[in-house]
Amino acid sequence: MAESAVANGLRAYGLIVGMWVRSTMAYRTSFLIMTLGNFLATGLDFVTIALMFTHIGELGGFTLDEVAFLYGTTSVAFGLADLVLGTMGRLGRRVRDGTMDTLLVRPVPILAQVAADRFALRRLGRITQAAVVLGWSLARLDIDWTVDRALLMPVMLLSGGAIFGALFVLGGAFQFWAKDASEVQSAFTFGGTTLLEYPPTVFGKELLRGVTFVIPLAFVNWLPALHILGRPDPLGLPAWIGFAAPLVAGGCCAVAGLAWRAGLRAYQSTGS
Amino acid sequence: MAVGNGMGSAVDDLIELDGVEKVFQVRRKAGLMRRERREVRAVDGISFRVPRGEMVGYIGPNGAGKSTTIKMLTGILVPSGGRLRVAGIDPARERTRLARRIGVVFGQRTTLWWDLPLRDSYALVRRMYRIPDDRYRHNLDRCVELLNLGALLDVPVRQLSLGQRMRGDIAAALLHDPEVLYLDEPTIGLDVVSKAKVREFLRDVNAEQGTTVLLTTHDLTDIELLCKRVMVIDHGRLVYDGGLDGLHAVGESERTLVVDLERELPPIEVPGARTVRVEGPRQWLAFPANSSAAPIVAAVADGWPLVDLSVREPEIEDVIARMLHGAEDRAGRTS
Amino acid sequence: MRLYTAVAVSGFKRYATYRVATVAGVFTNTVFGFILAYTYTALWNERPHLGGYDHAQALTFVWLGQALLAAIGLLGGGFEEELQERIRSGDIAVDLYRPVDLQTWWLATELGRALFQLLGRGVVPMAIGALVFELRMPASPLTWLWFLLTVALAVCVGFAVRYLVSLASFWLLDGAGLSMLSGLLCLFFSGMILPLNVFPGQLGEIARALPWAAMLQVPADVFLEERRGSGLLEAFAFQAGWAVVLLAAGRALQSAATRKVVVQGG
Repeated sequence: MAESAVANGLRAYGLIVGMWVRSTMAYRTSFLIMTLGNFLATGLDFVTIALMFTHIGELGGFTLDEVAFLYGTTSVAFGLADLVLGTMGRLGRRVRDGTMDTLLVRPVPILAQVAADRFALRRLGRITQAAVVLGWSLARLDIDWTVDRALLMPVMLLSGGAIFGALFVLGGAFQFWAKDASEVQSAFTFGGTTLLEYPPTVFGKELLRGVTFVIPLAFVNWLPALHILGRPDPLGLPAWIGFAAPLVAGGCCAVAGLAWRAGLRAYQSTGS
Repeated sequence: MAVGNGMGSAVDDLIELDGVEKVFQVRRKAGLMRRERREVRAVDGISFRVPRGEMVGYIGPNGAGKSTTIKMLTGILVPSGGRLRVAGIDPARERTRLARRIGVVFGQRTTLWWDLPLRDSYALVRRMYRIPDDRYRHNLDRCVELLNLGALLDVPVRQLSLGQRMRGDIAAALLHDPEVLYLDEPTIGLDVVSKAKVREFLRDVNAEQGTTVLLTTHDLTDIELLCKRVMVIDHGRLVYDGGLDGLHAVGESERTLVVDLERELPPIEVPGARTVRVEGPRQWLAFPANSSAAPIVAAVADGWPLVDLSVREPEIEDVIARMLHGAEDRAGRTS
Repeated sequence: MRLYTAVAVSGFKRYATYRVATVAGVFTNTVFGFILAYTYTALWNERPHLGGYDHAQALTFVWLGQALLAAIGLLGGGFEEELQERIRSGDIAVDLYRPVDLQTWWLATELGRALFQLLGRGVVPMAIGALVFELRMPASPLTWLWFLLTVALAVCVGFAVRYLVSLASFWLLDGAGLSMLSGLLCLFFSGMILPLNVFPGQLGEIARALPWAAMLQVPADVFLEERRGSGLLEAFAFQAGWAVVLLAAGRALQSAATRKVVVQGG
C-alpha cells in the first residue's frame, strides 16, 4: 500500500512536471534566455567569492580552490533539491487562495502535486553552473583519491540533495500552519547553501554545533568534504563521520515526511 | 472486499450523512495581547441521504456551511462528528480512493492548464485517473459534442472566455465517469448562452448517465431548471429539504415585474400584484413567485401606456430569508 | 496627489496586516545577517581596512543590508509578482485604461510598503546585529535624516528597476524567471553580498556607476558617514538621476505595452 502510494506519487509527479515543461516550451525563446540567464546570474555568487580572493590568499585557512570545492558541492546538492522541489514555498499561497482544495480532490498524493507545481526547467542553469565550478575546483585541487574518497563524492551530492529536499518539504509543511511564513524556509535552504559555501572554520563553534546536531546542514558537504580534502573537523569529530551523511539524509526525510502528514492533517481539520 | 458499500439497503443511497458536524476553533484578537478562542459550528448536525441518480440543489446564504459540507463530502475536510459515506467510502479516510469516483467543479477555480490547449489538460486527466482508452475517447467525444468544445480543443486555455472555460472544466470533471458530481457555483459569471448550455448538459448527464449531481448556486434558475429536490442550509443546520415548489410556498417569495411607462403616473393597481416602488416613469410590481406573470403583464399593457418591461427572479438570499422569517413568525404565533 | 497618498497609506496598512510574514522575514534576515557577519569578520581579519572600511563598518554594512533588503526590494517582492500575474492573466488591459497613471499608482503603494517594511523588517535585525556585534552608528544626528532621504531615493530606484522587469514579462513570458534573474543581479551589483568598494579595478568602477549601487551601497555609505558635505550631495544626485532615468524608461515601456495590448486585444 505504502509502496504503491510512492509509485503513484512519482508517476503523478512526472506527469505534472511534463505538463509544466510543455507549458514552458510554448515560449521557447523565453525559456532559452531564462536558462542562460540563470546560469550566468547564479554564477555571480561564485564571482563574489573569487572577488574576495583578489584581496586575500586564504579564508579561514582555506584556499580559493578549496572554497570552490565547498561552493560546488553545496550548490549542486542545493540545485538538485531546488530542481525537484523548488516550488514548495508556494504552498502557503495555495492555502491562502483556496486552490489547495482543487489538488485534494485528485486521486494522486498531494505532496507530488505540490512538489511539481510550477516546475521550472530553467533551474538546470543553476545546477550546470554549480557543476562547472565543482569541476574546475576538482581539476585544480590535488586530492588523494582513495577508494573511500571517490565513493564519498556521489554519496555526498545525493545525500546533500536529500537533506535540502527534506528542508524544502519541512518548510512547505510548516506553511500548512503559518501560510504566510514561506520566508522561514529560505533561511534554511538559501541560507543553508550560503553558509556551506564558506569554510566551517569561519564560523563560531556554537553555530557549527547547531548545524551539525540540530539542523544537520553540515552533512550536506562540510563533513564529507573535509574528509575528501584531508582536513580535520573543527569540532573534532572523527573522519568517518562524513559517511554518516546518507543516514542523516534518511532521518531528515523521515522527519519531513512526518511533518508533512501532520501539516496535511492540520489543514484537513481546519481548512485554512 | 468492499465493506459496507451500501449493498443491501433498500434504496441505493450514494451519499449518506448522519449528524455530521464541523467545528472550527477560531482565534480572535481580544484586546492588545489577549486572544480569545471561540468555537464556530460551521456544520451543526446535518443528516440527509441522496439516492443514486438524483440531482439536488444545495443552497443557503454565504457562510451557512455549504462549502464546508462539500469539502467534507470530498474528503478535503475531516468532520468533527457524525457519520458520512459517499459510495460506501469514508471520504476523510480514503480521500484518494474516493477521488476516482467523484468529480468536482469549483466555480471560479479552474483546474485547466493556462498556457496549454484544452486537449492537453484532458490528456493529463486521462493519465492521472488512468481512464481506459475507449472510455476516454467515448466520454471526450460526448462532452465535446454536447458542450460545443470542438473548436476550442486546440486553443490555449488563457484565450478562452469564462463561459468556455467553465464548459471545459465541467468536461474535465466528467471524463473519468464519476458516480457523483459536485458543482460549486457552476454558472457564476457566465453569460446567458453559456448558462443555458451548461444547464442543458448537466440535465443530459444526469438523465443519460445516471450521474448523481449535487450543486450549490446563487442562481435560483439553476435550481428551478435542474433540481427536483432542494436542501437549504442556514447556520450549519438543514432548514429545508424537499421540492422547489414547497420552498417557494414556504418562503412566500415574490418575483418582481419592472415596468417603464411613458410618463410618471400614480402607482399602478392591478389584481394579483402590488406596487412596491415608484421612481419616475418606472414602477416595481411584486407578485407571488409561483403564479404566472402573463395576466399581470396583460392587465398593465391594457390600462397603462407601457414602454418596456422585465421580470426579475427572486434573489436566493431573499427567498431563504423570507422562508426563515416565515418559519420564525409561525413559530412565534403558535407559542 | 491626495489619491496617491491614500494609495500609499493603504500599501502601508496592507503590509502591516501580514504579521506572520513579517516575523518570518525578520527571522530570515537575521539568519543571513549572522552568516554574512561571520564571513566578513574572517575577510576583514585577513585584510583589515579592506575597501576603506574598518571591522565595525563592515559588519554595519552587513546588518544594514539585511535591514534594508525588504524595504528597498533588493530581492524583488512587493508589487512585482502581483503586476506580473495581472499581465499573465490579461487583467492588465483593464488597468491600462484606468484614468489613473499605472506607474504612479504602483510607486505610491511601493512607498507605503517600503515605509512599513523599513520599520517592521528593518529595526529588529539591526537591533540584534548591534547587540551581538560591534557596529558603527552615525555620530551626527543629522546623518539619520540624510539616511531617511537616501533610503527613500533607493526605494524609488528599486521600484523603477522592478517596474521595468515586470513590464518585460509582456514580451518575455516567464515572469518568475525574470524576477529571479533581476534579483540575482541586484544582490551582486547592489553590494548586498560584497560591498562594491571591495570590487577590484575596472569592475569596481563600473559597478559603482550602475543603478544598483544607488540601492544599497550609497545608502550604506551615507549611514557610515563615508559621504559628507559635497559627497552627500553627489550621492543624492546620483540616486535621483538614476531614479528619473529609470522611471522615464518605465514610462516608455508602459506605453509600448499599452500599444501591444491595443493591437493584440490583451
